[in-house]
Amino acid sequence: MSEKFLFPDDTDRVDGVAKVTGKARYFAEFDLPGLTYAVLVTSSITKGRITQLNTRNAARAPGVLAVVSHLNRPVTAGYESKEGPAMRIFYTDRIFFNGQPVAMVVADTFERATHAASLVEVGYEKEAFNTDFDGSLDQVKKPKNPAQGAYQRGEADAYKQAAVSVEATYTLPVETHNPMELHGILAFWNAADKLTVYAKTQGVKATQGTLARTFGLPAENVQVFSEFVGGGFGMALRTWPLEIGTVMAAKLVGRPVKLVITRDQMFTMVGNRPAAWQKIGLGASRNGRLTGITHHSLAQSSVYEDFMENITGMSKFMYGCENVNTTSGIVPLDLSVPIWMRGPGEATGAFALESAIDELAFKLNMDPLDFRVLNDPETDLEKNKPFSDKNLKEAYKRGAQAIGWKNRVQRPAQLTEGDWQIGYGVSTGVFGAFRRSATVRAVLNADGSLVLQSAASDIGPGTATGMVRIAAGVLGIPASSITFELGDSSLPPAPSQGGSSTLSTVGAAVNDVCLQLLGNLKELAVNAGLKADAPFADILKKNNLPYVEVTKESKGGAEQAKYSMYSFSIHFVQVKVHRRTGVVKVSRIVSVGDAGKIVSPKTAKSQMVGGAVGGMGMALTEEAVLDSRYGRYINNNFGDYHVPVNADVPDIEVIFIDKPDPHINPMGAKGMGEIALTGFSAAVANAVFNATGKRIRSLPITPDKVLQETAGV
Amino acid sequence: MINFQYLRAGSTEKALALLAKDKNASFIAGGTNLVDLMKKGVSSPDKLIDINKLPLKDISLEEGHIHIGALASNAAVADHALIREKLPLLSMALNKGASAQLRNMATVGGNLMQRTRCGYFYDITMPCNKRKPGSGCGALEGYNRMHAIFGHSENCIAVHPSDMCVALAALDAVVVIGQPNGERRIALSEFHRLPGKTPQLDNNLKANEIILGVEVPLNTYGRHVQYLKVRDRSSYAFALVSVAAALELDGNRIREVRLALGGVAHKPWRLTATEAFLRGREFDPALIREAANRSVAEARAFKHNKFKITLAAESIVQALSEASQQS
Ligand SMILES: Cc1cc2nc3c(=O)[nH]c(=O)nc-3n(C[C@H](O)[C@H](O)[C@H](O)COP(=O)(O)OP(=O)(O)OC[C@H]3O[C@@H](n4cnc5c(N)ncnc54)[C@H](O)[C@@H]3O)c2cc1C
Repeated sequence: MSEKFLFPDDTDRVDGVAKVTGKARYFAEFDLPGLTYAVLVTSSITKGRITQLNTRNAARAPGVLAVVSHLNRPVTAGYESKEGPAMRIFYTDRIFFNGQPVAMVVADTFERATHAASLVEVGYEKEAFNTDFDGSLDQVKKPKNPAQGAYQRGEADAYKQAAVSVEATYTLPVETHNPMELHGILAFWNAADKLTVYAKTQGVKATQGTLARTFGLPAENVQVFSEFVGGGFGMALRTWPLEIGTVMAAKLVGRPVKLVITRDQMFTMVGNRPAAWQKIGLGASRNGRLTGITHHSLAQSSVYEDFMENITGMSKFMYGCENVNTTSGIVPLDLSVPIWMRGPGEATGAFALESAIDELAFKLNMDPLDFRVLNDPETDLEKNKPFSDKNLKEAYKRGAQAIGWKNRVQRPAQLTEGDWQIGYGVSTGVFGAFRRSATVRAVLNADGSLVLQSAASDIGPGTATGMVRIAAGVLGIPASSITFELGDSSLPPAPSQGGSSTLSTVGAAVNDVCLQLLGNLKELAVNAGLKADAPFADILKKNNLPYVEVTKESKGGAEQAKYSMYSFSIHFVQVKVHRRTGVVKVSRIVSVGDAGKIVSPKTAKSQMVGGAVGGMGMALTEEAVLDSRYGRYINNNFGDYHVPVNADVPDIEVIFIDKPDPHINPMGAKGMGEIALTGFSAAVANAVFNATGKRIRSLPITPDKVLQETAGV
Repeated sequence: MINFQYLRAGSTEKALALLAKDKNASFIAGGTNLVDLMKKGVSSPDKLIDINKLPLKDISLEEGHIHIGALASNAAVADHALIREKLPLLSMALNKGASAQLRNMATVGGNLMQRTRCGYFYDITMPCNKRKPGSGCGALEGYNRMHAIFGHSENCIAVHPSDMCVALAALDAVVVIGQPNGERRIALSEFHRLPGKTPQLDNNLKANEIILGVEVPLNTYGRHVQYLKVRDRSSYAFALVSVAAALELDGNRIREVRLALGGVAHKPWRLTATEAFLRGREFDPALIREAANRSVAEARAFKHNKFKITLAAESIVQALSEASQQS
């Protein structure tokens, strides 16, 4: 059906002007009468109890309205039950991790709150703790969810019998999301049982639900606004304890309270991508057919709450291999709980699997691209279903051409440019393509303008732009006459923006509601004696209608059970490695997206570009360094936690296959947020190997690692 | 962060007088280091004396040297025609420091006085002899990838983070210091201290003094200079190792040479012995390699920074090679 769509020409980001002119308002920019400011006091120990909390001096400091803690928090419905997470803010005197909030100072200015927070004295009783991931790989907790446990098809460890095999261990450090916008919330109790919050969230409905449950309110009494979000990458997929604490504080002081946490608090309070250890075994016949894949993964979690992502997912279906076995486990530590980060699980797994694939191809003396093409399966052997849509061979070909893959030399360390060694690398990335349930309201006004509404979110990808384009395509009206409203919990429900599913889910609902609107309008036209395709404004006028409104829920159907649905990416990079200093520069990038129909080329390209930059960070610079003697992060600031800077990033070429997936949704469009990053780090590692003969299996690939590694060939 | 008083000094005399009155007062120039330290609770001055109004921004050619005022911004110095022409090494070093925004605010005096970036120094819940004498050194047995390989003591293995100072050390600069009744001069290479038993002291500026500027002698290196900075990303990162190299070549003969390393010690690490070894010899790759090896012979590394020994040697080779090829 999607072939029939007439998408308008490339549309600029609908909120672009508002963003660059400062008109777009983020949660921290709202000002309410009587607004007060909160600052957190955090634990300086890693595990134990608070024995003393002296708030006297803080409470007496100028401008201070309250110091909230477990000693005086207001009655909170969700806290009275023992069910639920052990770690709740201001719940008891227990300390679960270093940097845990122990008190919140509320004052009439931010500066006064900051000053008073420094006056809170906390006494502790320390207990022995463990925050050492590398040293705790033998302390594994098996996942509760059996789907995340062991998997096997065919024989286990078949690689060990293979003619050619590799076995290697890969490690990743903790990475933090650290979007530019700091986390926090602005909370205000309009009445004893009515709450309004301006939040930074990837799901206004999810935030509404959590707050309603925690404070024992009917959901409709909680109003959540989050129209603009300054980046999320997954960290705003849950309502964090600090948000609950702010709502409590607002209740206590009876005034609006705003909390914006500090950059260092972003390292401990809002999740991270967990550190991971992976062991991969791959085997192949001499002619390059994969005969065995074994993938074991361990990732860090917290003691007070399990977090586990799907790290071994890709190994189960990406390649046509009869024998696959995987295991997954978590290592609970006395640290705050991780959360999904862009390409959750898959980005971690792809680094290991796609590095190992490159290692095996090298051992086979095969071009890694040919090796991948040879082992590209027709069907998903894990689910035993056909793929709904996959065009990898074409994607490999187009990317190879664009990067100039023919210039690559199979033997490493052959190309140089002055003091720089040149290498090429490739990797595949993948993420599930989903379609969930969403409801959209469409209001067509007398002047022909259209307003679409849904409680969706936009953490940056350009949600509204995609939605407007879909509506314009269905209705045949200019994108400029359409507005898409989101980020408001009172709008019709939509799922959180996570797992690359917004465009598919909400977009399909936009499509469906517009189709219904079109049907209704045709009927109205004909009834009024007009042609079925008369201009909408004429139809309304003739019918004497100020507006026409349609609300429709929409979700996927039987196709979801019939097909295996994924989005794919191929990342090609060229790197330069300095022969003396070990510095790695990514000199060229070509990222190919195979994610169905591209609904909005401009914002889609931005997604891929952003993912590649994030992938560069993962590959080369990002590492949250923890001193496990203290359980504290050492580099918890933007000067020392290195994300790529403009000077690091070369031009990024993006290619889309742009063929509709015939099954996923009416547009044939799949998500791209995750695949933009997934696999990228392996492409860099593979390119570094090609440039130098050095195989680096521990991210990030910093100059010291390159210098200390000896060339394996 | 605690409350403090903010004062603005209109003259150098006034600034020194204000400083003399209060033992816990501190000058503030660009504020790019001090404000962070105050936010983190590392520094808690109860008086801030803003010196930005003092007439110390001049950059001028004097008899045999160039004078740079203490309040000239890092950006202004880097981009000044006189500096680019006569002291290109300094210009290179400054432009590889921090970010454009920071360089616009940061001053020469502040850059000389900036404190280490050691994570244990910045986190007041951790031990650090520099911040709290006697509390121990967190980095010694901790995460010490960024730390010193030269001149450290069991009390402190932090490094001085400046790029500018490494170039100034190589260029034989002199720091001009104002005192309540007079001035004094001290060689830049004598300005910063090694940690020894008193890591809390970064340098030899006395509590009642102010930096007025630096004097950099005119030199004969021409374009045969290089500031090589090896870092984790292309900009806005401190040096893993940096090298300031200056050569005066007579054909292929090294008539004069200056070498200093950054990111390896509690102060800019001038390599005078290597300079003496190279002086008068024919420039060739084997000689340069030998010089580099000699330069790191005394280095002593810790758990995470062993790479710096290799990296320092390689960087010396690279910087000297590049300096010799500049034209
Ligand atoms: C994220 C980040 C990255 C950075 N990266 C680099 C880098 O790569 N390379 C690099 O070299 N630097 C780097 N810097 C440091 C930067 O160079 C210094 O912060 C800056 O030079 C300090 O100058 P200022 O004028 O802002 O000093 P201030 O912060 O105002 O003062 C610093 C100290 O100097 C004292 N002081 C200032 N002027 C005088 C004077 N005239 N006499 C006596 N005492 C004085 C103050 O009392 C204070 O103790 C970085 C800084 C940041 C924040």
